[in-house]
Amino acid sequence: MNHCTSCQKALEGSWLVCADCGAVQSDSTIDFFQALGHERRFGIDTAALEREFHRLSRRLHPDRFARASAEEQQNSLAATALLNDAWRTLRDPVSRLEYLLKLEGHAVGEEHAGKGKSAERQPPSDLLEEVFELNVQLEELRMSQKMGEAADGAVVKDLAATGVRFESMLQAVDDALAAESAKWDTGAAEARTEAATRMIQLLDRRRYLQNLVRDVHETLGAAA
Amino acid sequence: MEHIVGIDLGTTNSLVAYMQGDVPVVIPGVDGSNLVPSIVALDRLPQDADQASGAARPTVTVGNSARRALIASPERAIYSVKRLMGRGIEDIGEELKFFPFRIAPDVQPGEVLRITLGEMNFTPSEISAYVLRQLKRNAERFLGVPVKKAVITVPAYFNDAQRQATRDAGRMAGLEVLRLVNEPTAAALAYGLDRATDGSEPTRTVAVYDLGGGTFDISILKLNDGIFEVVATNGDTHLGGDDIDNLLLLVALDEIRMEHGVDLRQQPDAIQALRKSVIEAKIALSYDAVARLDIELPGGQRYQREIPREVYEQLIAPVLERTAGPCRQALADAGLTPEQIDEVVLVGGSTRIPAVRRLVDEIFHLTARGRKPHTELNPDEVVAMGAAVQASILAGSSSATDQLLLLDVTPLSLGIEALGGVVARVLQRNSTIPASATEHFTTGVDGQTNVAIHVLQGERELAKDCRSLARFDLKGIPPMTAGMPRIEVKFLIDANGILQVSAREQRSGTEAQIEVKPTYGLTDEQVEAMILDSFDNAESDFAERQLIEARLEAETILSAVNKAPENGVWLLLSEAEQAEIFATRDHLVTVQSSRDLKAIRDATTALDQSTRRFAELMMDQAVSSAMRGKTMQAADQTLNENSVEIHAPHPFAHAEIDEDAAIAGGEMRKRQ
Repeated sequence: MNHCTSCQKALEGSWLVCADCGAVQSDSTIDFFQALGHERRFGIDTAALEREFHRLSRRLHPDRFARASAEEQQNSLAATALLNDAWRTLRDPVSRLEYLLKLEGHAVGEEHAGKGKSAERQPPSDLLEEVFELNVQLEELRMSQKMGEAADGAVVKDLAATGVRFESMLQAVDDALAAESAKWDTGAAEARTEAATRMIQLLDRRRYLQNLVRDVHETLGAAA
Repeated sequence: MEHIVGIDLGTTNSLVAYMQGDVPVVIPGVDGSNLVPSIVALDRLPQDADQASGAARPTVTVGNSARRALIASPERAIYSVKRLMGRGIEDIGEELKFFPFRIAPDVQPGEVLRITLGEMNFTPSEISAYVLRQLKRNAERFLGVPVKKAVITVPAYFNDAQRQATRDAGRMAGLEVLRLVNEPTAAALAYGLDRATDGSEPTRTVAVYDLGGGTFDISILKLNDGIFEVVATNGDTHLGGDDIDNLLLLVALDEIRMEHGVDLRQQPDAIQALRKSVIEAKIALSYDAVARLDIELPGGQRYQREIPREVYEQLIAPVLERTAGPCRQALADAGLTPEQIDEVVLVGGSTRIPAVRRLVDEIFHLTARGRKPHTELNPDEVVAMGAAVQASILAGSSSATDQLLLLDVTPLSLGIEALGGVVARVLQRNSTIPASATEHFTTGVDGQTNVAIHVLQGERELAKDCRSLARFDLKGIPPMTAGMPRIEVKFLIDANGILQVSAREQRSGTEAQIEVKPTYGLTDEQVEAMILDSFDNAESDFAERQLIEARLEAETILSAVNKAPENGVWLLLSEAEQAEIFATRDHLVTVQSSRDLKAIRDATTALDQSTRRFAELMMDQAVSSAMRGKTMQAADQTLNENSVEIHAPHPFAHAEIDEDAAIAGGEMRKRQ
């Protein structure tokens, strides 16, 4: 529970502004969930959160403090930046997931794999064969592009088909993430730890797949 | 009441507007025109100037009057300076090919540019400050009170340095810049004014296509219950009507050389005169199927050319096509298809070109969906009107705007240079501003007390391909084992789109000192030194000053008009026109010495209006004499013979009077 720096009443909803006296809070330690006055969980109602974002923007935005003191202007600027950072991070399911895991003390992405050898560069073991095949196709197409030759229609078709397969894997990862995050939201401490561990692995797999899908689209785009 | 004005500082034209009650209104200059051409000309320095006092700033002419200097003394005049704002010598190569910018010879890469006008050098911000000061004076004249605060618009795709240079210009002009607003967003505000803010309308998605004199922006916004939320923006800060002018000019120069064996390329005055003709042809081609060029060349030959619209459209197609890429990128960034765009707003003078409208129609599938773009508001004025709306939002002064809120984005990603010259992204483009990001740094050597950080803006992977914003030195780090210090650096982009940086060492809790060296910016001290006439802000004698200036203004135009009949061009006027001029002149003479400010000004305006055609005839004469290929010296001599001492009629509003009439007066002075 946090208290208003101005009127000392307990803050309800967003911790960025006192609902009672209207004072903008100058506390840079507020996390993104507190900023939007939302319970710390994965499952959120994005439309409702957007309405709250707009409501808070009207209260906090520097435009509303153009005639205020320098200190109030500074508070408004810092609070609005935090509000915008919060909404930007929480509205997207993946960045929300990563943020919440970090907030819960888990190492995500580069932090747990180590810089430069992040898991997104190492193919998941069950995909080794398919990734190898995909890379051959990509290389073939890039070579012909480099030589200025017309792309081999069969290779393009194969690559497009592989792309679709990897996209469906990506979708499967997203579904799994949604299931695990629901377990985290409703589970007890032990279930949460297990869900978090699985989500961190799923996120690695997701990053890897996403890079592959992007490569496929870029190469196909250049061939088109 | 204190007024906050909205200013559109354009590449070609600039405007100032304010909220009159609940309606944004553009403020005209004394010549009745809402547009002040963004042209600045350095007046001739007085021969016996008191250099020792050092107090006197050079006097300059701004707007329509400076337009004549472009032809009469091109080495003392400059236009389209917005293209140089916040840029360095190493990234203006393309501009120098097409624009007569004379860069001071000693400017080094990485430095703020300086432009030579006559015998002096100016930074782009200073040149812009002269334009802003003129707008400020126009507003003060119109409103009758000092104007000190402004909202200034910038292209949405302006980077940090370009924004800072614009804010600096405002400060130099004696204006407190309360906010920089993106031009397409301002246009959306101007259009959105009449819409419901009671939540009764569903969210609408709007694209603003803004093709101005020198810049192109595309912004996609969601409008919901009075909140204008930009979801994506893109653009090109060096693409606009200027590029079309240059294309037409190059074609004409080539043809004149090939067909008539006349090379005009080394004759700045002739080029400017030709440029004026091709711009007129360009404007005509937005309405007519064909435009004609008919220009007298040195030696009496004539360059005559018909330009059919189809030929013109083929010629400019590559320029227009450059706007399509940014539009598609903005749609992709917003995650929208063209069909999901409910409305398209056209902004900027270049959107009058039919080919531009066709392109926009294709990009957003408008006709196919039975839709038309918004063109109801004057595309030259809509940005200034939007700036006035934003000014009103900041002032909290109008019930029409108190429910409106603008949420804009940063157009370019922010990054820092990492090992190997690779850019590590800190903030993605299209993040709603204000926005912040925190990064951690450490040391690589035991006892290291400094860490250098290079901040960049742009979308490319390598630092060398992005825009260098600033280099920071984090100083005063307590000596520790390598890798031990944990320095937290906070990047904050404010509501103007301008970056602020702060840092602290977390283990010791010491605030690390930051020395910000903006790559293309001016220091506070430099800006202070460039502030134009700070006395301008003295409020006490404002009314008296206005009266004195109005009288001076009247005197200047009267002296010009009194000598007008001695000019050959006078005979081209009809008797009725001449009589009208004498009548308005006599009226001004009778009110001139009164203390009735409004009467003096109204009479001055009336006289200015009645001499409009005379001024135009004078201008045409100047153009044709330039085209006849006089050399600079000869032109100068002619001017001196006619004694064109283009002194400001007074230091307050000299561009407001019809400058051509003032020049006419000047020309007659020596003949007496």
